[in-house]
Amino acid sequence: MTKAFLTILSVLMLQVMLSGQTVALTDKDGLVDILLAESDTTYVVNFWATWCAPCIQEIGYFQELHNHYVNQKVKVILVSLDFPSQLKQRLTPFLDENNITADVRLMTDLDYNSWINLVDPGWSGAIPATLVFNNRKRTFVEKALSKNELFDIVKQNHY
Amino acid sequence: MKTILLTFAGFLMFTVFADAQLKPGDRAVEFNLKNIDGKMVSLSDYSDQKGVIVVFTCNPCPFAKAYENRIIQLHNNFLEKGYPVVAINPNDEEISPEDTFEKMKERAGEKNFPFPYLKDETQAVYKAYGATRTPHIYLLQNDRGTFRVVYIGAIDDNAMDSAAVIQRYVEDAIASLEAGAKPDPEFTKAIGCTIKTKD
Repeated sequence: MTKAFLTILSVLMLQVMLSGQTVALTDKDGLVDILLAESDTTYVVNFWATWCAPCIQEIGYFQELHNHYVNQKVKVILVSLDFPSQLKQRLTPFLDENNITADVRLMTDLDYNSWINLVDPGWSGAIPATLVFNNRKRTFVEKALSKNELFDIVKQNHY
Repeated sequence: MKTILLTFAGFLMFTVFADAQLKPGDRAVEFNLKNIDGKMVSLSDYSDQKGVIVVFTCNPCPFAKAYENRIIQLHNNFLEKGYPVVAINPNDEEISPEDTFEKMKERAGEKNFPFPYLKDETQAVYKAYGATRTPHIYLLQNDRGTFRVVYIGAIDDNAMDSAAVIQRYVEDAIASLEAGAKPDPEFTKAIGCTIKTKD
């Protein structure tokens, strides 16, 4: 009995270790690289944070979107605006708990005023905010999206 | 005819409200809101001051929290110079239960806010100013007894770490006013929490 329990426990622990999502750090230049991507891939860039309630409400839709388009030219990038000091305590555990496997980047450039307009001149800085674009079309939304709204925007933008 | 007129008036009002977003240089909008001590506070109460640092902020937002001490410092540093802070909580408390009047009192008590902390109960004030996030600062300058907006945006350029700040937007803006100049920049953007509303 104890043995079985230990086996289960170690399997569970292994799973936790394996699922540990790695988060890439990004700065303004890294963000610009994403924004300037000139391709037929449709980028879905969501700005969010673990402490932002409306962001958390919609984050699962982005993961579903990622799963749905996994073999197509759609790339979901979740730019986290959690403070960089919270990476280990908050961000990584959140991603693990919620099975987020989409590409997550943690923004390290806190001089927000220097890059918000690069994402969209109409963005006030409130989150969530989402930019969907490819080399043909571009949509920016500064609000929480329903699953249908998100999928519709991508459907309209996607080749 | 009357109906047409009314429709037209309604349309005009709608346009006015839809466009209501103050820009630097605009006349500030008067408000009369309940403070955590139960008394009403109006912008016009400050007509003997050189300016007012209006801060749209709230209890639970991590950015608002990260700036609480700096907002207190701003008030303490600039009260004597004639620029007190007035904090306004614009959040709908049904959507954001941490922002009830009682919780505002608690938070103000814990942090010993030396400035009024007003509840924008109807949310008309944040809409009239065009605030979109917390914290969102509107620096107002006295212009012969009424106020004009002279700076809109962030307090400084590093929310997480006050020791790493390079540009102190609000302090620099006040220094410009004191020197008889226009703030530069007069508008900045920052990441912040959305203002919680049912609309």
